[in-house]
Amino acid sequence: MSQSSRQRQRARSAWLFLAPMICTLLLVAGWPLLRTIWFSFTDASLSDLNAAEFIGWGNYLYKEDGEWYGLLADAVWWKSVWNTLTFTLISVSLELVLGMIVALALNVNFAGRGLVRAAVLIPWAIPTIVSAKMWSWMLHDQFGILNDMLMGVGLISAPLAWTADADLSMVAVIMVDVWKTTPFMALLMLAALQMLPKDCYEAAKVDGIHPVRVFFRVTLPLIMPAVLVAVVFRALDALRIFDLIYVLTSNSEDTMSMSVFARQQLVDFQDVGYGSAASTALFLVIALLTLAYLYLGRKHMRVGD
Amino acid sequence: MKKTIINAIGTGVFLSAAFSLQAHAETLTISCGAVGAELELCKEGVKAWAEKTGNEVKVVSTPNSSSERLALYQQLLAAGSQDIDIFQIDVVWPGMLGQYFVDLKPFSNGAEKDHFESIVNNNTVDGKLVAMPWFTDAGVLYYRKDLLEKYNQQPPETWEQLEASAKLVQEGERKAGNDKMWGFVWQGRAYEGLTCNATEWVASFNGGTVVDENGKITINNPQAAKALNTAAGWVGTISPQGVTNYAEEESRGVFQSGNAVFMRNWPYAWSLSQAEDSAIKGKVGVVALPKGGEDGRHSATLGGWQLAVSKYAKNPKLSADLVMYLTSYEEQKRRAIKASYNPTINALYKDKEVLAATPFFGSLYETFVSGVPRPSSVTKSKYNQVSTAFFNAVHSVVSGKEKAEASLAQLEGQLRRFARNGKWK
Repeated sequence: MSQSSRQRQRARSAWLFLAPMICTLLLVAGWPLLRTIWFSFTDASLSDLNAAEFIGWGNYLYKEDGEWYGLLADAVWWKSVWNTLTFTLISVSLELVLGMIVALALNVNFAGRGLVRAAVLIPWAIPTIVSAKMWSWMLHDQFGILNDMLMGVGLISAPLAWTADADLSMVAVIMVDVWKTTPFMALLMLAALQMLPKDCYEAAKVDGIHPVRVFFRVTLPLIMPAVLVAVVFRALDALRIFDLIYVLTSNSEDTMSMSVFARQQLVDFQDVGYGSAASTALFLVIALLTLAYLYLGRKHMRVGD
Repeated sequence: MKKTIINAIGTGVFLSAAFSLQAHAETLTISCGAVGAELELCKEGVKAWAEKTGNEVKVVSTPNSSSERLALYQQLLAAGSQDIDIFQIDVVWPGMLGQYFVDLKPFSNGAEKDHFESIVNNNTVDGKLVAMPWFTDAGVLYYRKDLLEKYNQQPPETWEQLEASAKLVQEGERKAGNDKMWGFVWQGRAYEGLTCNATEWVASFNGGTVVDENGKITINNPQAAKALNTAAGWVGTISPQGVTNYAEEESRGVFQSGNAVFMRNWPYAWSLSQAEDSAIKGKVGVVALPKGGEDGRHSATLGGWQLAVSKYAKNPKLSADLVMYLTSYEEQKRRAIKASYNPTINALYKDKEVLAATPFFGSLYETFVSGVPRPSSVTKSKYNQVSTAFFNAVHSVVSGKEKAEASLAQLEGQLRRFARNGKWK
């Protein structure tokens, strides 16, 4: 048996082993996705999906009497895109910095470290829907504990409507998200920190180099791949955010994310065609970012080689 | 993604009705609201009918938030579910859900003629009577009798008079030491309640009803703009800044703790303001909402709930019989006396026992009869979008972000998107 035929056989059996998984994926992920994309080209309504008619790009963009209509001309949609991007950028940056600080603190040997590590994970362990509801009570303008504490120490003179005030609601959403997902970031970075070789640090110590410099010159470059994975995972999650925003601020346009917008069209407005167009657009945004990351990662690897 | 969202909301809400195949007795399932005394009243009424006819009825309570409730109903009905035979539906839903309901005319023996005509018309979609009126609601003006007397003021006829009285009393009371006193509280949060409030302002200035009965978008007119700019002028002067975030209960909280002269609210606030623990017990008067200027008119947004029979019901005839019982004279009278739910039958507004329980049912009869409907019948399945666009536009005016003229012009463009080629469907 020649080398190449054995390789072919191995490739065949590999595909054979993968086949059930691929079929399952096609069924549970591929089919709904294709159906959503199909619906986005129809005027389907939730009340009667069978009566859907093909309308081409009508849900995305069309011109009538000199005016542009459709998703790409919809101010509310662009507002939700903007909200989602703002939310992602700010919350992921904050989580990165805070997560790094927490990870560095947990990386030091001290008594009861295991207990603290477990405790830090609690916000991440609580289901979002539960913690969001909990926060929505704590942030309540009339009888929330947060206003009570702030007024107690004299920082504010009148209660603030955290989740309803147009200027504050995004701040509240980001705050709760940071509280919830910082532990996740910290955990990923801590895992990377634990893998670092000790000898660089010993050498640095012998040479008497300042710890801050050691962090930026040694630690950070070494854990960079892990940090990037953490950031990409969080960013993809943040772009799809739905539950936290929906529980805290419902359908308010000030904080509406792309997913909230899609749900409102699909469920509240029964407009399956338009809602599917929004879902498809959201899918495209995430797919493009993922592809960009993979492409840049490969290029980076090649440079590394 | 779509699937998961829909399933997430739809699952785990009900256990389906049992298929009890007893020889004679049928089992029906009815959905009732559970706000305040609603569920208890519904159960009592249903029990009486069940005993009378020897059938069994299951009562399912639904989410309190009407938008959640609507989403749930839409999924059940779109899936052709037989879980619920009789639905309690909001006055703005017949246009949206009408296609799923049985025509009740064959079962009603003309009973609908005794009910308010405006509601019966509202519940008639394409000539079908898709729901029977159960109880009605209309916006009314609550005022502090004692304070108006103290400052020698009359209950206001127009918005201008309301502004003047509110200012006078508010300033006087603040000088006298109550610095929390405000002139007028209402519902300004961006939600369906703001649609109700704004519909009243616009109609009182003769500015129409957003979309007229022929489906024409009429909201972009000077009278409507005048109405909204008037309302925007209240915020920060006679109404607190926070009013743009108030729903019914927040405004009632301010009024009932004695810190407001006037309040716009639904009739439910009456019995609560007269409760033992209320700070303003015996000091409250109720009148129709003011007119927009001398040639304007008193107007109140029509609210309230109806009962409809699903076309997937296992036994439509029996279900319709239960609906007719629950919406009958006796049952509505019982509900009016026990918990001051507004009847939808004209004659009950002259019934001595009902009037003894809630006096303003008599004095405001005209208001309840001539409620301004929101444009739900004509905009059909798009009503939710129309209302959302409208209350967001109004909210940006009352919160001072833009002037009414600009906001309404924008709204008109938005509404045109919903009516593809000028047709609502």
